[in-house]
Amino acid sequence: MNKIFIIIKREYLVRVKKKSFIVMTILGPLLMAAMMIVPYYITKLDKEQKIIDVLDETGIYNKLGSNETIKFNYIYTDLETAIANFDENKTSALLYIPKPDIIEPTNAVIYYSDKQPGNTVTSYIEDKMKYVYENRKLMELYGIDKKQIDEAKVRITIKSENIKTGETNLPLATTLLGIFAGFLIYFAIFMYGNQVMRGVIEEKTSRIVEIIVSSVKPFQLLLGKIVGIALVGLTQFLLWIVLTLSIVAVFQLTVGSKELVKAPQTEMIQQSNVLVPQNSDAGSVQDSDNEMIHSLVKSIGNYNFTLILASFFFFFLFGYLLYAALFAAIGSAVDNEADTQQFMLPITIPLILAFVLAQPIIENPQGPIAFWFSIIPLTSPIVMMIRIPFGVPVFELILSMGLLVLGFLACTWLAAKIYRTGILMYGKKISYRELWKWLKY
Amino acid sequence: MNLLETRNITKRFANHVALNGVSISVPEQSIFGLLGPNGAGKTTLIRIINMITGPDEGEVFLKGEKLEKNHIVNIGYLPEERGLYKKMKVGEQAIYLAQLRGLTYGDAIRKLKYWFEKFELMGWWNRKVEELSKGMQQKIQFIVTVLHEPKLLIFDEPFSGFDPINAGLIKDEIIRLRDNGATIIFSTHNMASVEELCDDIALINKSNKILEGKVREIKNSYKSNSYQIEIAGYNKLLKDTLNHDFEVVDESHDDDILKAKVKLLNNKTTNEMIAVLMKYGNVHSIQEIIPTMNDIFISKVNSDTIHYNSASGLTE
Repeated sequence: MNKIFIIIKREYLVRVKKKSFIVMTILGPLLMAAMMIVPYYITKLDKEQKIIDVLDETGIYNKLGSNETIKFNYIYTDLETAIANFDENKTSALLYIPKPDIIEPTNAVIYYSDKQPGNTVTSYIEDKMKYVYENRKLMELYGIDKKQIDEAKVRITIKSENIKTGETNLPLATTLLGIFAGFLIYFAIFMYGNQVMRGVIEEKTSRIVEIIVSSVKPFQLLLGKIVGIALVGLTQFLLWIVLTLSIVAVFQLTVGSKELVKAPQTEMIQQSNVLVPQNSDAGSVQDSDNEMIHSLVKSIGNYNFTLILASFFFFFLFGYLLYAALFAAIGSAVDNEADTQQFMLPITIPLILAFVLAQPIIENPQGPIAFWFSIIPLTSPIVMMIRIPFGVPVFELILSMGLLVLGFLACTWLAAKIYRTGILMYGKKISYRELWKWLKY
Repeated sequence: MNLLETRNITKRFANHVALNGVSISVPEQSIFGLLGPNGAGKTTLIRIINMITGPDEGEVFLKGEKLEKNHIVNIGYLPEERGLYKKMKVGEQAIYLAQLRGLTYGDAIRKLKYWFEKFELMGWWNRKVEELSKGMQQKIQFIVTVLHEPKLLIFDEPFSGFDPINAGLIKDEIIRLRDNGATIIFSTHNMASVEELCDDIALINKSNKILEGKVREIKNSYKSNSYQIEIAGYNKLLKDTLNHDFEVVDESHDDDILKAKVKLLNNKTTNEMIAVLMKYGNVHSIQEIIPTMNDIFISKVNSDTIHYNSASGLTE
């Protein structure tokens, strides 16, 4: 027993003292903090107003409302002079609306600029123009004022509420939380599993393994390595969380702004608009965004974070343990890293499959796909983490955890058999058939 | 008293039998040579003694007790395929390996200092292993093998990678370890070092033990009762003049000196031979021809292989 601790200690210290570990541990939080801080500056920078010249030959778009980022400046010349004077005017762009030959001005409008316009700018202009044109058309054809239609419009948002606890959740926040947790586990399994594999290959190619297994059992060496690297992983995650939070905290203290916390959330919501389709009109986009941020912030408090965190650590640990044993078996069967390719497929397929299935699982978190893949040990660490924020029956959670532990024991048992033979086998190209034989020794 | 005995060890792999009922006895406080051509099964036998793999049949006894996992602290093993963690510092690594062999941190440091100073390695303590020459790495491997002062030491090809000076250094250490009470099993292809070091040997060929015993006795039993003689002042050939009690194997004239290899037959003694030879000329020298381990190895393995082949794959 004591010897396993000596092995764990070496495996842990060697990796924690590595330059790459220290660099990753510092860079990670810097990146994370940057992701939270930079959007704050970007939103600040965007506050600068863009002035756009409008050359309107139709004469109907004379009231395209400006906002804090875009200001319309109407000019009345012909196109050639406007283009010629463009540089002198020091405006960002020239919007040319030609007199329509056909009734609908679908493709005729041109945005002249020396830089590519951002998506927000063009869609803003399009929305505004659409509003004016639709308004005019409604008036001309049906005699209806668009304002009347707007007034008649209602917006309905469905709020989901847990029937037992009464917590309200927003599907979007739940989705993000689940995907994020699932991705972290996927990433951790690959990263630390690979470290186990490389460690085994290093011991095998440097031929130290025979010296070691003459004093400890191969299984002790295997276990010591896996546990040592698990501790490295936990250390890294913990440091990432602590460092990220402290960088953000320090930044908040020095800049002294409460907006900072909001900024990344706004950013997140805006990006996620792509994920969740919504039909909103130009005028109401901003409002609904604010409303969503509000409910998102509110709903964060509604999750059972103890359960989510506890499950995260459980599935991280056992998911890693299960795969680490398999990674070690692969490492023991080959002579160098290039040869690992042929054996990696059985490991990568379930991991990638779990991630590919995220979409159908989110759409139906209690459906058969979600159920089965969160029960099967090879995919359960990722799929279950995606499901948990949506709420999973306790029975299913316990079943999944129990099977994962059993899966871990079975995988380690099988992997140890391959490992035991593989580490002492040099200079032989190993096939799947050969591995099968080793299992039966 | 035998320190180690293996009894009828058989080990089968998927496609072949690696060891077939091999029994060896290693006397206490001796150097025991485990010999055999490549692929004979030596490394498998050594791994079984080290409990790295288990035998399919047969048993191993250490000091009369059946070998068990807790005996491992009594064994030091230097494998043929050996290496160290390249990126780890020399001192840290030596301490790690010493701790795995059951030494406490303090003991490990104390003993390592003694050996590192003896082998003039102290200056490398904080360097990475990859900066060391192969010979220096081998020295460190040797040190960590003997550090915990095991009763039984197993060296698989200990001299590979050493220059003659360092090989001599290791040889002296092996002899000193034996004199201080350790028993050494030593596997090699280098027959010169076998003659120099070994008290006993076992020869393994094609999974079977084909020879075992004291080196001196084996060599005596392989003596053909032949002598290398030199006579001055005789210009004919002995072949034509000596009677049936003597068989001349090979002779030639070198200026005035006749050199010949003579085999004694019919229980003739050396004195009788001298008496005969004195008649022909001035006897310069007579020396008994003792076979080298190299000769014995080659003749034994070859005849065994022929036997093996003629038995069409069946073992004796």
